[in-house]
Amino acid sequence: MQAPTHKDFSSDQEVRWCPGCGDYAILRAIQKALPQLERKKEDFVFISGIGCSSRFPYYMNTYGFHTIHGRAPAFATGVKLANPNLSVWQITGDGDALAIGGNHFIHALRRNVNINILLFNNEIYGLTKGQFSPTSQKGLQTKSNPHGTTDEPFIPSDLAIGAQGTFFARVVDTNPKLMQEIFTQAEAHKGTSLVEILQNCVIFNDKTFADITAKEVKLDNQIVLEDGKPMLFGKEGNKGLRLNGFKLEVVTVGEDGVTEDNILVHNATEQDPTLHAMLARMRPPAFPAALGIIRKVKRHTYDEGVIAQIKKEQKDAQFNTVDDLLNAGDTWEIG
Amino acid sequence: MNSLERKMERDSKVVDLEKVVIKFAGDSGDGMQLTGTQFTDTSALLGNDLATFPDFPAEIRAPQGTVAGISGFQVHIGKIDINTPGDIADVLVVMNPAALKANKDWVKKGGTIIANIDSFSKRDLEKAGYEQSPLEDNSFQGYNLVEAPITSLTREALKDSGLDGKSISRSKNMFALGIVYWMFNRPMQQTENFLKKKFFKKPNLVKANIKVLHAGYHFAETIEALPSSYTVLPANLKKGTYRNIMGNQAMAWGFLAAAERANKELFLGSYPITPASDILHELAKHKNFGVKTFQAEDEIAGICAAIGSSFAGNLAITTTSGPGFALKGEALGLAIMAELPLVVVDVQRGGPSTGLPTKTEQSDLMQALYGRNGESPAVVIAASTPANCFDWAYMASKITLEHNTPVVLLSDGFLGNGAEPWRIKSTHDMPEIKANITTATEDYQPYMRDEKTLARSLAIPGTKGLEHRLGGLEKEDVSGNVSYDPENHQKMCNLRAEKVARVTNHIPKQEVYGKQEGDLLVIGWGGTFGHLYSTVDALERAGYSIGLCQFNYINPLPKNTTDILAKYKKIVVCELNSGQFANYLRMNFQEYHFEKYNKIQGFPFTTTELEEHFKSLLKK
Repeated sequence: MQAPTHKDFSSDQEVRWCPGCGDYAILRAIQKALPQLERKKEDFVFISGIGCSSRFPYYMNTYGFHTIHGRAPAFATGVKLANPNLSVWQITGDGDALAIGGNHFIHALRRNVNINILLFNNEIYGLTKGQFSPTSQKGLQTKSNPHGTTDEPFIPSDLAIGAQGTFFARVVDTNPKLMQEIFTQAEAHKGTSLVEILQNCVIFNDKTFADITAKEVKLDNQIVLEDGKPMLFGKEGNKGLRLNGFKLEVVTVGEDGVTEDNILVHNATEQDPTLHAMLARMRPPAFPAALGIIRKVKRHTYDEGVIAQIKKEQKDAQFNTVDDLLNAGDTWEIG
Repeated sequence: MNSLERKMERDSKVVDLEKVVIKFAGDSGDGMQLTGTQFTDTSALLGNDLATFPDFPAEIRAPQGTVAGISGFQVHIGKIDINTPGDIADVLVVMNPAALKANKDWVKKGGTIIANIDSFSKRDLEKAGYEQSPLEDNSFQGYNLVEAPITSLTREALKDSGLDGKSISRSKNMFALGIVYWMFNRPMQQTENFLKKKFFKKPNLVKANIKVLHAGYHFAETIEALPSSYTVLPANLKKGTYRNIMGNQAMAWGFLAAAERANKELFLGSYPITPASDILHELAKHKNFGVKTFQAEDEIAGICAAIGSSFAGNLAITTTSGPGFALKGEALGLAIMAELPLVVVDVQRGGPSTGLPTKTEQSDLMQALYGRNGESPAVVIAASTPANCFDWAYMASKITLEHNTPVVLLSDGFLGNGAEPWRIKSTHDMPEIKANITTATEDYQPYMRDEKTLARSLAIPGTKGLEHRLGGLEKEDVSGNVSYDPENHQKMCNLRAEKVARVTNHIPKQEVYGKQEGDLLVIGWGGTFGHLYSTVDALERAGYSIGLCQFNYINPLPKNTTDILAKYKKIVVCELNSGQFANYLRMNFQEYHFEKYNKIQGFPFTTTELEEHFKSLLKK
């Protein structure tokens, strides 16, 4: 049998996102990442809620379910519990996951269900045509708040860490290679893998991440974290992050007596989430935005726990059939 | 008098009763539910037919000694066919004045009242709103009043037990149970075994409770206040092996049986809610059958996880009560659109809003039929006795798996918490279940349909070559692709409706109890069966021309419904709501006149009020 390629994962449905939408790049990155996972095509399931990103399953030639607004984590949990052998991917956006679906989002992370959540964050509502979302920057003027939002935005990594999430990574829709790499890592992680994708909405919030993704600034305004590697970035590769007391600061190697030894080394597997949270909160201009796998720690998954309990109960079973149960306990004969 | 003489004298005074209604009432912390359940279980083991009615406040420990905080448990036992927990009690046990006040109108004139006289102090009376003791002011003249110092005798019995005051006080319900066991000639063995099991880690509590139980029994035996003791002989039930079963438990077991026969894993997604939680509790015990019980973060996640598991091949159910059902509406619509199997159980309670969480009502019928956006037909079925919750859970599973369309199964607080003897069925007495699934890759299209049932075939994720996408957007006929075509939308709405309507080809004919034609047809549905049947049966025996048609299949209705309606001069639809089923029948059968008889008090009908009403209709 020929190994599957990205074409095998494209459905016959016409893709209907706006021209220039960041979703196209993400779709392509997934279709290229999946063949690398060496899993059967029929074992992939894509589950989505409602929103632009949630049309995603229709374009994948896998099993898919476009469900209702905000509830995709619950559907995904049901699918995974019914058949833990499936590779379950939840596609969601900032409105779907963090507004209407906030509750299910945090509970999936808390339980650590072994699924992958791809959070398309464009800091705006697209499908309903341009209202502010829970991640919109404060003051953003939109149709639903023409005088600027007065809401404080959510930081998705803070929610994930607060909910005891075990895997948090961030990518940008302009870096297909990094996306593919992180998607395969997300699948390899056991537990809820949350990947925040900074995705550009060309229509309603264009260039909202330009300070991170634009060609001329990206090297200075992004840091791709790699486990075990020093946190270096910048055009010259000589900028770095270090701790000053309890705070992160940007320093330049070779200036003010700073050497590479002073630079923090990334440890994604550290259980204590403090530094992970600080790294994930960084944003230009003061700091580079952190990309890559920021947190990846081990914890038992929910589905493993459920299946293990069932296996144990089956081993110690008092009843072999339902008829045994129906006839157990206090009964009497009438003859 | 020695004990043998006492026994002989007592035996000579034993009165044989056909049936008796006993009610235990006290503070919600007094253990009345447990006391009632013990009396019930013992009577069941003796072969009595029975029905129970637990009635308790929504608060776990409502203010002590107040009328609002009273918890009651009524049980009706008989050697004859028992179909209701009885309208009013022959014997009322009250642990304080508030319990007496709450139940004073629900004890038979001249009946027996056993009162814990120790809790009739001035303060106790004030809390219940009495100026003076109703036991002393002739309020209950003519009643057989048994004033039992239950608290002090319990303390006395346990003075050397080493238990603290609180534990001693808690065991006083066993004293009351002991009294009633003596009155009705019941052995104490079953309760002793129960206590040994319940407190197996605390042998001193086992000893103490058994001691108090015996103390109550001997107290009743010793005092002269009880002129005779009664016996209720075993009922003449159909041959077989019986057990006592509660509605919620029977429901859970019905799903277990269906999953086993369908060769499916059972998945329950649920969120705790009164009075449905016991189904979750019961299924959570039985993981050995491969059951997955998912206690979700909310009602919505409960149904959504269930739908996800259904998509991935499990027998999926979600259990709730009215307020939770309202939250599940959108997701149920998705299951209807995706044409996936799913059973939604609504154990109805008093509404609207939070309403009366621990009381019974039938007011979610319209919600079950229509409570969703868009044209979204669902099969609706109602259980009608605690024991037949088993059958209806099974049948709901069968229909949903074979027709690939969601089923709403209605129960209510009265059925869910009520108990009755159940002639144990074998799972093999139940009809076969053939889940409608395909693995054939040739020309599979997700929305191709079976010609007869119009059901589509499911392809389960993990099946090679059948990858496809489902969703809530309108589906194109056959292919299942997203479609906004106007003609297609109409066609799909019609297909979904017709698919549900055709379920009627797969259900039995509606039966009528009593006269098959005549003056008055009584119509009921679901949990009112016991009361309606008892009343109609009695009237028919008394010579009235009356029949009862109790519906379990609500949508679709059985095919012969209209034939039945045509055979009576008058039709009255009786429901614990303001007329939802009557209006549904009016909509479906406009050629008939339907009278309504309704009650919305959080309580079942009484046979007395029903009989009076039916007689007045028959007179006109």
